[in-house]
Amino acid sequence: MTSLKIFAWLTLLAPLAGTIAIGLLGRRLPGRGAGYLGTAALALSFASAIGALVSLQGLGEEERQVVAVAWDYANTVGVDAQLSLLVDPLSVFMILVVSGVSMLIHLYSIGYLDSDRGYVRFFAYLNYFVFSMLLLVLAGNFLVLIIGWAFVGAASYMLISFWYRRGTATRAGIKAFVINVLGDVGLVLGTFFIFKHVGTLDLLGTFERSKEAFEPGNADLTAGCILLLVGACAKSAQIPLHTWLPDAMEGPTPVSALIHAATMVTAGVYLVARMHPLFELAPTAADVGAIIGCLTLLVAGTIAIAVTDLKRVIAYSTMSQIGYMFMAVSAGAYAAGLFHLMTHAFFKALLFMAAGSLIAAMAGQQDLDKMGGFRRALPFTYGCFAIGGLALAGVPPFSGFFSKDEILLLIGDRGGWYWILYVAGYVGAFLTGIYTFRMIFRAFFGEPVPEARELEQGHLHHAEVHTNPATGEVEDTDVGFPGPDHHIAEREPSMKLAMGTLALLAVVGGFLQIPKVTHVIDHFLEPTFHDSALYERHPSDGMLAFGLVLGTVVALAGIAIAYYVWVANPGLSARVRSRLAALHTVFVNKWFFDELIDALVVRPSRWFGSFAQQTFERVVVNGVLVGGTTGVVKAGSSAVRAAQTGFLRYYAALIVLGMVVIGFYFLMAA
Amino acid sequence: MDIGWYLAVSALIFTIGAAGVLTRRSPLVILLCLELMLNAANLALIAFARMHGDPDGQIFAIIVMVVAACEVTIGLGIIVAMHRGRLPIDVDELRELQG
Amino acid sequence: MAEVLFFLAGIGAIAGAVGVVALRNPFFSVLALVSHLLSLAALFLLLHAEFVAAAQVVVYAGAVMVLYVFVVAYVGGQDEPLGPRAGSGLRLVSIVFGAVLFVELCAATLGSGLQLIDTNGTAVGPGFGSPAQIGELLLTRFLLPFEVASFLLLIAAVGAVVLARRRGGLTAAEDQARYSAMDVLRPAYTGTTAEGVGGPHRLPAATAAAPAQTTPVEDA
Repeated sequence: MTSLKIFAWLTLLAPLAGTIAIGLLGRRLPGRGAGYLGTAALALSFASAIGALVSLQGLGEEERQVVAVAWDYANTVGVDAQLSLLVDPLSVFMILVVSGVSMLIHLYSIGYLDSDRGYVRFFAYLNYFVFSMLLLVLAGNFLVLIIGWAFVGAASYMLISFWYRRGTATRAGIKAFVINVLGDVGLVLGTFFIFKHVGTLDLLGTFERSKEAFEPGNADLTAGCILLLVGACAKSAQIPLHTWLPDAMEGPTPVSALIHAATMVTAGVYLVARMHPLFELAPTAADVGAIIGCLTLLVAGTIAIAVTDLKRVIAYSTMSQIGYMFMAVSAGAYAAGLFHLMTHAFFKALLFMAAGSLIAAMAGQQDLDKMGGFRRALPFTYGCFAIGGLALAGVPPFSGFFSKDEILLLIGDRGGWYWILYVAGYVGAFLTGIYTFRMIFRAFFGEPVPEARELEQGHLHHAEVHTNPATGEVEDTDVGFPGPDHHIAEREPSMKLAMGTLALLAVVGGFLQIPKVTHVIDHFLEPTFHDSALYERHPSDGMLAFGLVLGTVVALAGIAIAYYVWVANPGLSARVRSRLAALHTVFVNKWFFDELIDALVVRPSRWFGSFAQQTFERVVVNGVLVGGTTGVVKAGSSAVRAAQTGFLRYYAALIVLGMVVIGFYFLMAA
Repeated sequence: MDIGWYLAVSALIFTIGAAGVLTRRSPLVILLCLELMLNAANLALIAFARMHGDPDGQIFAIIVMVVAACEVTIGLGIIVAMHRGRLPIDVDELRELQG
Repeated sequence: MAEVLFFLAGIGAIAGAVGVVALRNPFFSVLALVSHLLSLAALFLLLHAEFVAAAQVVVYAGAVMVLYVFVVAYVGGQDEPLGPRAGSGLRLVSIVFGAVLFVELCAATLGSGLQLIDTNGTAVGPGFGSPAQIGELLLTRFLLPFEVASFLLLIAAVGAVVLARRRGGLTAAEDQARYSAMDVLRPAYTGTTAEGVGGPHRLPAATAAAPAQTTPVEDA
């Protein structure tokens, strides 16, 4: 057990040491030294995670939930605040995914961001992010969970607005942070609601006492769980707190790969999975979570069909897939949801990395309308896109197929009104196929654009004047802006290695949980979820077969339609768009969520702020309170000042008066 | 004469001196009125010395005279300095302590 | 006989006092004070204080009043103007205060229950108040006050000299030529307020630079 704890602490602290080392020494290291240092820290972290895995499996089944307490911070008024880690199969699963994928992304970034002036800063921030994510998933009590949650939000802000001189980037960073803070508030309030009844912050203690403390359907517990869901939705970009994720694509591509595909946005899914005893006692909250997940996957899928920015298509795809995971863990399919989390991390990070390579070939241009025919120019990138796309669409035998179908199978098995979610899931899979391959066909098929032709000659296109891809304003490449060089996967060995590893994992990752054949994930996660009523489920074989076939058909149908529209009939998409113009407007404008939030939240806040400043501050505070007080003091002092006339005789008269009075007093006293 | 008479005279002279300090505007005359008050005190001291038959009161009066002389010296020095500095010799004009 | 002398001297003293306060011309006030002092000397004689009376006449009326006369002559004793400023109000107040003060003092002394007030005083020997007795007391029991008083006179004399000294002092050029190491080593804007607002700078070399340096301060 001690070796397990040591491995857990090492996993957690290696990235922290990396951050500090890079922060202090990074500039002294030559060339790409900071990058190697960061990757080495994460390699150490990943190795310790594997060590933790081995130690955990070495323990008996009953003992696989270990709490490692480092420090008792306070233990007063019933609040037990400790720095404690919970090492159990769920957290070991998460740290493996997080540290593994992060290591590969660090490797990718060594090459990708090479000419950037902020190279050292990037790796320091990225290591810090991984540290906070690991802290979040290893948290042993609510306090450390909240701390990790907040740290992750801060790291996200720092990384999204990494190219800080870009106005769009800083605005996006602020938007992400504000919405995350909203989630933080939900998380903390939810913790209060739960703590009120169980009286301890420790996670295992909470779960043990929850059965006595709450009867099923308790109002406080439902409220607490819904507030936890608010936090999870903010972090995982579910409706209605999702508007920050597309804007977060302002950050560098490795950031999008790491944070907004593989790790941070999965924190919400982890939260619901970890709090499963509470959610099972509050089925209303779980139902709400499932509905939110379903809505998100549909809405995001429809938007992804319409938008033209490459990274935003992938971002909406992430939102949609997280919707699947959310739906899964809310419905009790924990292992399936987490399995999908793992496979999604693989193929989504791969897609983002490949997108980064493609954008570099386009010299920073991200618009799909301007891309085309890169198949010959970027063969490796195309291969990675294809593998990632097939995995995302859910085509067998790629990993996405197995994970997605398991989710939908178990949701269908729940029965009741969950069959609506079942159908919606397959509709979403259909949409997934369409938008994924829309993206791939538009970028890699068709007539090669000038940049592609240049690259086929062997010359990487460089824009003469660097512009912001979103607004087109001119920017320099010195400080706070992307570096002048662009690196594509075909030429950078570090990028190639990272993408190749992920491609391999995207292909074979699914074999961990082939239905009826291998149950690695199920068995591994069993000790965490053994107290769950929904964990052990055995859907009928008929349903299983039906699901597998339907999933394959739907995915292939999506790919076929995408091929038909964008490759076989070039003008068809424009005609469809003009026919369904209203629908297209809704999709392209992201279902007007941004405008809605602007009208509901932003404008009233602004109005209130200006009211407070113009009226309240000026009139009440400055005028009445401050002015009134000083006015009173001024009046009093000018009244007293009247005695200082400067006339000598006046003062002498006062002296005489004083003498008279004192003499009078003494006479009277005598 | 009874000692009381001397004390009444002393009180009267003191009062006249005090009224003079409050009333006059020239610092020179104010100093003169101060002299009046000092002399009234001297008279009272001598009267009490006579009353008790104790010459200590007379010594006191002599010392008071010395102090009065010193004070007059300095006061007149100030008035001379005022005159040299072209300031008006009028306590109502010299109001720089006015707050 | 003693009563007649008392009344004469008393009336003289009071008349002199009133004259000091009431007469407009300062010179006449000085003369009134002189007469007051002489009457007071007579009162002292009646009280068996011969030495003090003699000292009063010689020192007070003689030396101090002569000093006053000199100063009045120098300063110019013009008639005091009856100015409007704080005039009548203060006059009334001072008379009222004075009256109250007088009543209080009389109450304090005469009503104090001292038995000997109503007598001529205790019987005293022939040497009472004589120079011999005063001298002996001054040099034995009251030696310290005697010495301190002489010291006080010294201080007063020095003070008078300092006060009345010609205040020409340093000429402007001399004043500026004197500067110390502190002026040289002092960093900018740590000097006097005058320097800070662009006034005359102590260092002649820096005078040219001072306007340029102080401009940013004024802008800020």
